Parts: sequence; C-alpha cells; structure tokens
Amino acid sequence: MAKTTVQPVERENYLNKHYGIGSWLFTTDHKRIALLYLLSITFFFFIGGFYALLIRLELLTPAGDIVLADTYNKLFTMHGQVMVFFFLIPSIPAVLGNFLIPMMVGAKDLAFPRINLLSWYIYIIAGAMMMHCMLTGGVDTGWTFYTPFSTAFSNTKVIEAGLAIFVAGFSSILTGLNFVVTIHRMRAPGMTWGRLPLFVWAHYATSIIQILGTPVIAITLVLVVAERALHLGIFDPKLGGDPLLFQHLFWFYSHPAVYIMILPSMGVVTEIIACFSRKRIFGYTFVALSSIAIAVFGFLVWAHHMFVAGISVYAALIFSLLSYAVAVPSAIKVFNWTATLYKGSIRYDAPMLYAFGFLGLFTMGGLTGLFLAALGIDMHVHDTYFVIAHFHYIMVGGALMGYLGGMHFWWPKITGKLYPEGWARLAALIVFLGFNLTFFPQFILGYLGMPRRMYAYPPEFQVLNVLSTAGATVLGVGYLLPMIYFLWSMRYGKPAADNPWNAAGLEWKTQSPPTTFNFDQEPVVTWEAYNYDELDARQPQEAHVVG
Amino acid sequence: MSDSQATALQHRDNPALLHHFATEEQQKDSSSLGMWIFLGTEVMFFGGLFCAYLIYRGWYYNDFATASRSINAALGGTNTAVLICSSLTVVLAIWAAQTARRGLMLAMLVLTMLFGTAFLGIKGIEYHDKFVEHHVPGPSFDFHDPIPGHPGEYANPQHAQIFFALYFIMTGLHALHMIVGLGVFSWLLWAAWKGRFTPEYHTPLEIGGLYWHFVDIVWIYLFPLLYLIDRH
Repeated sequence: MAKTTVQPVERENYLNKHYGIGSWLFTTDHKRIALLYLLSITFFFFIGGFYALLIRLELLTPAGDIVLADTYNKLFTMHGQVMVFFFLIPSIPAVLGNFLIPMMVGAKDLAFPRINLLSWYIYIIAGAMMMHCMLTGGVDTGWTFYTPFSTAFSNTKVIEAGLAIFVAGFSSILTGLNFVVTIHRMRAPGMTWGRLPLFVWAHYATSIIQILGTPVIAITLVLVVAERALHLGIFDPKLGGDPLLFQHLFWFYSHPAVYIMILPSMGVVTEIIACFSRKRIFGYTFVALSSIAIAVFGFLVWAHHMFVAGISVYAALIFSLLSYAVAVPSAIKVFNWTATLYKGSIRYDAPMLYAFGFLGLFTMGGLTGLFLAALGIDMHVHDTYFVIAHFHYIMVGGALMGYLGGMHFWWPKITGKLYPEGWARLAALIVFLGFNLTFFPQFILGYLGMPRRMYAYPPEFQVLNVLSTAGATVLGVGYLLPMIYFLWSMRYGKPAADNPWNAAGLEWKTQSPPTTFNFDQEPVVTWEAYNYDELDARQPQEAHVVG
Repeated sequence: MSDSQATALQHRDNPALLHHFATEEQQKDSSSLGMWIFLGTEVMFFGGLFCAYLIYRGWYYNDFATASRSINAALGGTNTAVLICSSLTVVLAIWAAQTARRGLMLAMLVLTMLFGTAFLGIKGIEYHDKFVEHHVPGPSFDFHDPIPGHPGEYANPQHAQIFFALYFIMTGLHALHMIVGLGVFSWLLWAAWKGRFTPEYHTPLEIGGLYWHFVDIVWIYLFPLLYLIDRH
C-alpha cells in the first residue's frame, strides 16, 4: 500500500502513523477502512469485468461458439451478481463515503468505528463465499434468482450464492446505519443541515435505502434458500406458492438498489461541478431534498419490473405513473447542475470530464427509463437489449463515471499525491467513447428485438454486436489506465497540496493525507457550503500555502 | 492494536467516553439512535415474512386456520406471559442502575435471562411436538386434519405445509434473536458484575434493553397471527 513511499519531509498522517499488516486489519480509522474497501471492490470489479469480457467475446459471432449455453447463463449471472452486490453497491459509499463523510461533517471518525470495521469483515466473508461459489461451479439463475427456476430446477450453486449475498447485505446495512447516525449526531459546531455538502445529503438518502431495503432482500433470500433446501412451496406454484410474491419482494429491494448506486454518484458529481465551475450550487435546497425524494419515490416503483409478469392492469398503471414521478427529482438535479454550469468559470480537469460524462450518460439512461416505464413500449422491449443498455447507462455510465470522477477528485486528499492530469483526461475520454460504443448499439439491438440472456442470435444482429464488443475492449482499456497511473502516482506522483483544487468543504481544510483524527482542532463552521465566491475573492494561491 | 493506540482511543479522564465523541451525551445519543435504526432494519426483515404470511393466510384461510389449531396455544400463551415478564425485569434492571441498586440490577438481569431461557425451553417442547406429529415441512410432512366447521373437508396438505414453513421460519428467526439476546445479556451481566454501570453511565443496559423489548414485541405479533387464527 501507500505506506511504502519514502519522502524527505513527511508529516505524520493516517498512512504513516502505524505500520504493519495488523495496523490495517485491526484499524478503526474510517480512512484506512475506506482503503481496505477500495482494494476489495477493485478486486471484484475486475472479476465482474472478466465475466463481461467473456460475454462480449461470445456475442462477437451469431453462433454460440466459445462457450456452451449453460456456461453462458453462468457468465451473465456471475457478472451481474458480482458487479451489483460486490462492486456497485459498496463502491462509492464504502470507499469515498467512508473516507469523506466524517471529514465533511467535521468529525474525528464515524459514529461507530468498530462497526465500520465489522462491516468490512462481513463484506470479506461474503466475498469469500461468492468466490468459492464461482470457483466450484457458479450459478445460472440470472442475478435476479427468479423462482421457481432458482428453487426447483436450476442445478447450480443457488444456495451458496444466495447466502453470500445475504451476508453481503449486512455489510451494506451497517455502513448505512453508521452514516445516518454520523450525519445526525457527529456534525461539528456550526455545521447545520443547510451547510452540509450535497455529497452528505446524497449519502443520507442512500443510507435510508440501505437500511430499509436490504433487510427485505435478506429475508427473501432466506426464503429462497429454505425453499430450495426443503421444498417448502412458498414460491413454487406447483406446491401452492406464488412466484410473483418472490418478484415483489426481490424488486422491493432491488429497484431501490439502483438508487443506492446512483445517488452517491450524484453526490460526487455535485461536488465536482460546483468546484470546477467555481460557483455555489444552484438551488442547494432542491438538490438536497431531491435526493430524499428519490429515496422515497424509489421505494414505490418496484413493480415496473413486472409489467409482463401478470400483475393486474390497475397495479401496472399505478406503478407506471409512480415510475414517471421518480423522473421529477432526477430532472431537478440535472437542471440544477446545468444551471450551476451557466456562467461558471469552468475548468476541464479530469474529475470534471467524468462529471460531464455522467451528465450526458445519466440523462440518456434516465430518459430511456421513461420508455420502459411506459406500459406499451415495455411490452415491446421487455427482456431485450434495450433494457440492458438502459440500466448500463445508469449503473455504468452514471454510477461508475461518478465513482471514477470522485476517485480523481479526492485522490490527492486520499494519498497526498497528484495523479498525472494528461493521462487522466485521456482515460476519461476513452471511457466515455468506449462506453457509448459498447452500449448505444444495444439500444438499437433491443429495439429490433434481440432478447437478453441468449448466447446466440440471428446473423442480421452481428454488425451492432461487433460494435458493442469493440466498444467493450476500448472501455476495458479506459478502466485499466486509471488503475495503472493511480498505482504509479502513489510512488512517483508529485506531492499534493492540502487543497489542490482550491475547493470548498471541510475535507480540504485538513492536510493531505489527513492525520488519523482528521483535524488538529475541532472545526467550527461559520460559512455556507460551496462558498466559492469567497474562496476566489482571496488570492488563488493562498489556499495552497495556508491549506 | 498496540497499547498506545488503545489508550489514544479514549479520553484520559473518562475511559467510558470514546475518542471520537466530544461529550457523553453525544455518545449516548449516537448509541441509542444506532439501535433504533437497527430495529428499523429488523422491522423490515420480519416485514417481508409478515407480508408473505398475510398473503397466504388470505388465499388459504381454511387450511391456515386448521393448521393453526394444531399448534399448542396454551404453551404459546405461557410464552407470551414469560416474555412480557422478562421485559418488565429489563426495565427494573435499568431503573436499578439509575438508582445505584447493584444487587437488584444483577438479580433482574439474571431473572431476565432465566425468562429468556424458559421461553426457548417451551419453544423447544412445541417444536418437538410438531416433529413427532410429522408437521415439520419436508419429505416426512403429513397433515390431514379436518377443517373445523366444514364437515367432510380436509386441509390441503400443500397449503398447510406453507403455513408450517412460515411458522417455523418466523418463530425460528425469533428464537435466533432470543439466543442473540441471551448472549447480549450475558455480557451485560458480566459488565454489571464488574461495576461498569453507574447512575451516570449505563448506556449498554438501555441499548440492550431496547433490543430485548423489540424481540418481545415481535412475539406479541407472532403469537396471535400464528396461534389464534380461528380460535374463539
């Protein structure tokens, strides 16, 4: 890890205060736990990416020629489960949220440091279970575990995967619980709710979903495991059970789970846009409350995944309407970001490029979501590549762009080193182009009727599939690049100033990297969030000197 | 964790106050808010089961009512009384801590754990009865009781099996929470014995008590839902 760096003058910080593997494995420092999470989720990101690579390779040609149909079923299942439960859901909250929230609210640590460490261990146990499941055969049910296939027919390791995800859920719950208590109880004097960075508001909304949603998927998976092991009949129509009940319970969590992925990313983008257009965010209150609105509405739309599953037409109408309602707070955010950019002094550093990428891709993902919320169109494109493209625009184009943008923005704070800006801009561009090349053709494929989860397809779909596979290769390069230069910068990067972006926010008022307890003295906040006009009224260099 | 680090994590003048809290009040508020949120997650956890239960109870009312009659309401009722008593002893233990009555606090904690153990024992007897009667879902499941009030009609064994599946999962999860609760109270008893709790500081007792009351309340809902569907 970063502790290997040897510098002539190095101030004491959270990285060099203690050495040795024990000082990491038994740490209760939220910043070190964030780095433990960073390592773990990066590992799973590349596992999930490996499955994606195999999927795109198989789809290069119309015939099923690289893997068998059964293997292909496992590939997309494992890709989904690893990416959703072991990368995207922990990604921004467990890494950036963990690292930044205590500093942003002016606290020494999260409210429950030991529970924070516990959540990482739970994640690791779940990850080990998942790895064991994958290495001994994997699952073929799709990441959705639909019954009765998963409980009565599949011959793969459903129980093991179900238990792994059950365990991973508790890690997520504990993180959310810790954040909510921290935001309520640990704010520094003067840090009112109205002065909180919008990153914190976004994580507050995320935590509510984690706390209220995750237990439901946990109990659902318990029922699936029990039903499969003992043939109970709770979800099996042959035994008097109801598979729709499973779908309701599953999506009650798994739809809001999308907001667990996208809300933190929105928080990151808000910070970046304000900083790189040197303006107070437009409509602070609306952006803050729209996060809460998304969390609340997000719990009321789950059945739009079930329009063709046989729910009543009235239920479908109501869920369609409610799904449209979620677009309102999302649009409020997009319009407020755009209004912030208006007449701002915009700088095109790498984090800002990712934020711009987010804006475009999230908007496309969101708008195509409205297509899918419309009952008529959904009948046509349900279970096609249109759906795949839509949610990848949200989860990859949205959530992952935000994650990468945030990693670049706070990298100097996390490591005390600057990443190479030129390479970073290039990587951002490659990711954006590669992403669109991968997923835009899938909208067309889906609209033309190519079903998801099939390992072979009619020859007329090949051109678009080749484009998509080519794009995935470009995207892969775009993801490898940051990992390489981030690692490089930990050893060879230029030392970062305490506030290299001249950004607002308490996390920039402490040294880079911060000391173990974040601040030398408890901060007292007397200014509003995003006071960029005040910051820029001073000499721009002042922040570098004073820190 | 080295010793120097361990001491740095506490305030020098007050070992009960962790390093990252400014005041005892802040620490106490955080702990209790944390437990309330945790209980919120528990509500959702059991909520999924209650949802499944209510749907099938509506669909298969007669089968559920028949199956419900086969479980022992007297034992279930006794257990309800046992748990309510245990909640009372928890409250008395906290009151004893607030008023510095060490002996009473220890006695009440022991009593709480005895009530908890008695609950699990009675539950064990009920489970054993079900096992003997072949009412445990699985290959040897067998249930053909007549539906009360419908002469000549018998409960559908598949639907009855769903009832018993939910019965065992719901009461089983509840019992698991009881076992965790007994673990928590063993620790509280040890800490109380060591003299950790004073009228000023007894947060763990209150937090543990919240958990205990919650597990109690879950049972207060489970008992009528599972045992008293159709008994007049």
